[in-house]
Amino acid sequence: MNTISKLLTGAAIGLAVSVTSFSAIAETPANMLVIAHRIDDITTVDPAESFEFAGSDISRNIYSRLVNLDPNDLAAGYQPDLAESWEVSEDGMTITFTMREGVTFHSGNPVRAEDAAFSLQRAVILDKTPAFILTQFGFTPENVAETIRAEGNQLIITTDKRYATSFILNCLTATIGAVVDKELVMANEVDGDMGNAWLQTNSAGSGPYKLDSWKPNESVTMSSNPDYYDGAPAMERVIVRHVLESASQRLLLERGDVDIARNLNPEDIAGASAMEGIRIEDELKGRLMYIALNQKHPELSKPEVRQAFKYLIDYEGMRDSFLKGQYTIHQNFLPATYLGASEENPFSYNLEKAKELLDAAGVEGLEIEIGVREAQERIEIGQSFQNAAAQVGITVNITVGTAKQILGRYRARELDVYLGAWGPDYPDPQTNAGTFAYNPDNSDEAQATGLLAWRNSWDTGGLTEKVEAAVVENDRDTRIQMYQDIQAEFRETSPFVVMFQQIEQSALRDNVTDWSTGQAVTSAAYWQVTK
Amino acid sequence: MALSEENRKGRDRASLPPWVKTTALTMGSIAVTMLGLLFVTFIIGRVMPIDPVLAIVGERASQSTYDAVYLELGLDKPLVVQFAYYIWDVLHLDFGTSLLNARPVSEDIARVFPATLELATLGIIIGVVIGVPLGVIAAVRKGSWTDQVARVVALVGYSMPIFWLGLMGLLIFYGILGWVGGPGRVGIFYVDVVPSVTGLILVDAALDGNWDVFKNAFSHIILPASLLGYFSLAYISRMTRSFMLEQLSAEYITTARVKGMSEWDVVWKHAFKNIRVQLVTVIALSYAGLLEGSVLTEIIFSWPGIGSYITTALLSADMNAVLGGTVVVGLIFILLNIFSDLLYKVFDPRAK
Repeated sequence: MNTISKLLTGAAIGLAVSVTSFSAIAETPANMLVIAHRIDDITTVDPAESFEFAGSDISRNIYSRLVNLDPNDLAAGYQPDLAESWEVSEDGMTITFTMREGVTFHSGNPVRAEDAAFSLQRAVILDKTPAFILTQFGFTPENVAETIRAEGNQLIITTDKRYATSFILNCLTATIGAVVDKELVMANEVDGDMGNAWLQTNSAGSGPYKLDSWKPNESVTMSSNPDYYDGAPAMERVIVRHVLESASQRLLLERGDVDIARNLNPEDIAGASAMEGIRIEDELKGRLMYIALNQKHPELSKPEVRQAFKYLIDYEGMRDSFLKGQYTIHQNFLPATYLGASEENPFSYNLEKAKELLDAAGVEGLEIEIGVREAQERIEIGQSFQNAAAQVGITVNITVGTAKQILGRYRARELDVYLGAWGPDYPDPQTNAGTFAYNPDNSDEAQATGLLAWRNSWDTGGLTEKVEAAVVENDRDTRIQMYQDIQAEFRETSPFVVMFQQIEQSALRDNVTDWSTGQAVTSAAYWQVTK
Repeated sequence: MALSEENRKGRDRASLPPWVKTTALTMGSIAVTMLGLLFVTFIIGRVMPIDPVLAIVGERASQSTYDAVYLELGLDKPLVVQFAYYIWDVLHLDFGTSLLNARPVSEDIARVFPATLELATLGIIIGVVIGVPLGVIAAVRKGSWTDQVARVVALVGYSMPIFWLGLMGLLIFYGILGWVGGPGRVGIFYVDVVPSVTGLILVDAALDGNWDVFKNAFSHIILPASLLGYFSLAYISRMTRSFMLEQLSAEYITTARVKGMSEWDVVWKHAFKNIRVQLVTVIALSYAGLLEGSVLTEIIFSWPGIGSYITTALLSADMNAVLGGTVVVGLIFILLNIFSDLLYKVFDPRAK
C-alpha cells in the first residue's frame, strides 16, 4: 500500500467514525424551550411599529403593558400588568392609571409612569402602521403632551370623547401598548427618531424575557428576566428557529430537537399525532376567510342575491377536505373567543334555496369576476364556489393575482367579488366591527380604503350608527349584546359571506404544558410554559 | 521612411505595458457587465407586479399612509432618476435598507452569503473529488459496468427532484439513523458559541479551537453539502467523461500507447492534462450555480443562505434586498469567469 492509499484509507475511516458518532442527539434541556416556526414575517421588533404575527410574539414576551391578557385565562379579558389599578372619570374621557411599584426594566432602570406616557406618546408621534390603534382615541402628535401625561406615579390619558373603557383597555393590550424604557431608548436616538432605528433590532422592556438576538429568517433567542415582577419564568431560554418547511419541522420535533412545531401541514399533523410523545393542540385564531360582493354591481346589490351567495358555499365540504384541521366554519365578523362573538352559523350549502332567491331577484345568466390572491387554499375555495355557482346559472371567472394586482383593484372598488382573509388588529370587537359594518361616507371621494364596507361600496344601512353606539357602551354585558345584534343583522343583510375561521394547530412534545398561541385575541406567550 | 520610423517609436513610447492593458480591459468589462446587470435587475424590480408600499404598510392602511410611504421610497420620481440614485448608492456599497427587516441590505448579505459560500464550497469539493475521477474512469472503461454505474449516477442526479432527495436524506440520515444533524447550520446548544470572524462556522470554530462546535456544524453541513455535491458531480462526471473520450480517441494517445507508455501516464499525464481547460469552465459554472444559493436545499435544511434570502425578499416585495442579492450573485459570476480565464492561462500556455 503506497502513501496515498494509506492516507485515503485513513481519511475514509476517520470520516465514517466521526459521522456515525453524531447519532446520539440529546433532547432539549428542561429549562429551555425550542420552537420551530416561520418567522420570516418579522420586520421590526419596535412595538410602536411591529404589526406582524411573529413580531407580536416577541413583543408579548419582552414588554409588559399597562394592562395585559393572562395566557392561562384569556377569556377573563384584560388584567392589571404594570398598572396596578385605574379609575375612570365621570365623563368617561379620562383614565388614571396607578403604576405598580418596584418594577424594573431589563436595563435596571425603574419602570415609571413617565416611561408609560413616553411609550404611548412615542407611538403616536412616530405614526407607524399600527398607530391608528391609539390615534382612534383622538391622540395626535400635537396633543399627546396634554392627552397622555404622567403625574408622579400615575399615568393620565384623556380621549377626545367618551369610549367604552373596555375598548380603550383592550387596545392597550395590543403590541403598541408596550411600555419601553425611556432612558435607554432615548440614549439611542438618532436624528430625532425617538430610538426607532435602534429599537427595530433591540429591546428595552420589562417583561418576562429579554431579547438576546433576532437574526432575520434564522432565529430569535430570548433569555428569562430573573427580576420579572411576577416571578422568573421556568423556561430560562427560548429559541425560536425559522424552519420554513413543514416536513423539516416535523422531523425536528420527532427527533426531540424542538419542543413545539407551529407550522405543520395537515399531512404532517396527522403523521406527528400518531407518534408517541407528541400531542396536537388546536387554538382558534383571528383570521377569517370571506367573500365580498361589490355593491356597485347592479345584480350583486340586490338583497336576494346577497342572501343567495351565502347558500352557494359548501362550508362543510371544504372544512372536511382541503381545509381540514386548518379552518372551522364561522359566519360572523367577530372571531370566536372575541368579546361579543356569536356562534350562530345559519347558512349551509343549499343550491335550491340559492336558486329560489336568484329567481326572486330576477337574476339570469349572471357573469362575474372574482379576485383571488395566489394562495392555494383561497384558489381552492374560489374553485369550489365557481362550481356551485355554475349549478345555479352564474358564471364565475376567477382572476388569480399578486397582492398588488388583486388588493389594488379591491381597494379601488373595481372587483365584482373578492375572496380573501381578514385578521383583527387588536383584541376588541371594534377592530372588526369598525371595518366590516362601519362606513360613514360611502362616496368614492371618501377613499376610506381601510374599511372593508367602503371597499365593497356598501352603505351599511344603520349598522354604522350601531357600531358607533357599541363602542361607547360602558356596560360589558350590554356591549356584548349590542355586538351580537349587529352581527345578526350583518349576517342577513351584508354583502359579506364570512365562511371560515382559522385554527392553529401546534404539535408539542408531551412534556410541554401551558402552551398558548394567544387564540384570536393576542399572541403566543412563553412565560407560563413548563416542561 | 525616417518619419514613419519616428512615429512608430513615438507610439511605442506612449503605449502601455501589456498587463496594464489587460487589467484595464478586464476592469472595463466588469464595469459594463455590472452596469448592464444593475439596469436589468432594476427594471425588472420596477415592472414586477408586486407593491413594495403595500408590503410595508399592510393591506388595511389608509390611503394617506400609503401615499406617505410611496413618497418616502421615492417611487414618485422618474425611473431614470431612481436608477441614477441607485447606481450612486451601489457605488458607495450602499444597497439601501431592507424594506422588511429595517437592516442595511449589505449587512444582511454579509450574514447570509458566508452560509452559502460554506455550503457551496464543500458541495463543489465533493462534486469535483468524486465527479472527476468517476468521469475519467467511465471514459477509460467505456461500456464496462463502471461506465454504466457512472451513467446511472449521473442520470439519477439529473432527474431526481432535489426537494424530494433532500427530504429523503433528512428522513433517513437524520430522522431514522440520527447520523447527521438536522435542519439549521448548527445545533441549538451551539448557537452563537463561537465568535463570528469569517461567518463560516467551520472556519470560525477551527479558529476558536472549539472542536465541539466544529463537529456539530460539520454534522449539519455534511448532508446538504453532499446533496449539492451529488448534483454537481452528476454534471461534472458526465462532462469529464465526454471530454476524456474525445481525447482518448486522438492520435497522440495511440502514439503514446504504441511507444509503451503506462496506461496511468497516458490517461492522467496526457489525456487528462488536455481537458483541464474545459473542466475548469464546467467546475466554475457548477460552483457559480451553487453560490447563487440552491433555494430548495436551503429551504429544506433551514439554511440561511443567499438563495432563500433573495427568494423570501422577492415574495415579500423587498426590492432593495432582491437587487442587492442579485448584484452580489452577478458579481460572483463575473469574478468566477475572470478566475477561469486566469486558470486557462496557467493550464494552456497558448492562452497567455
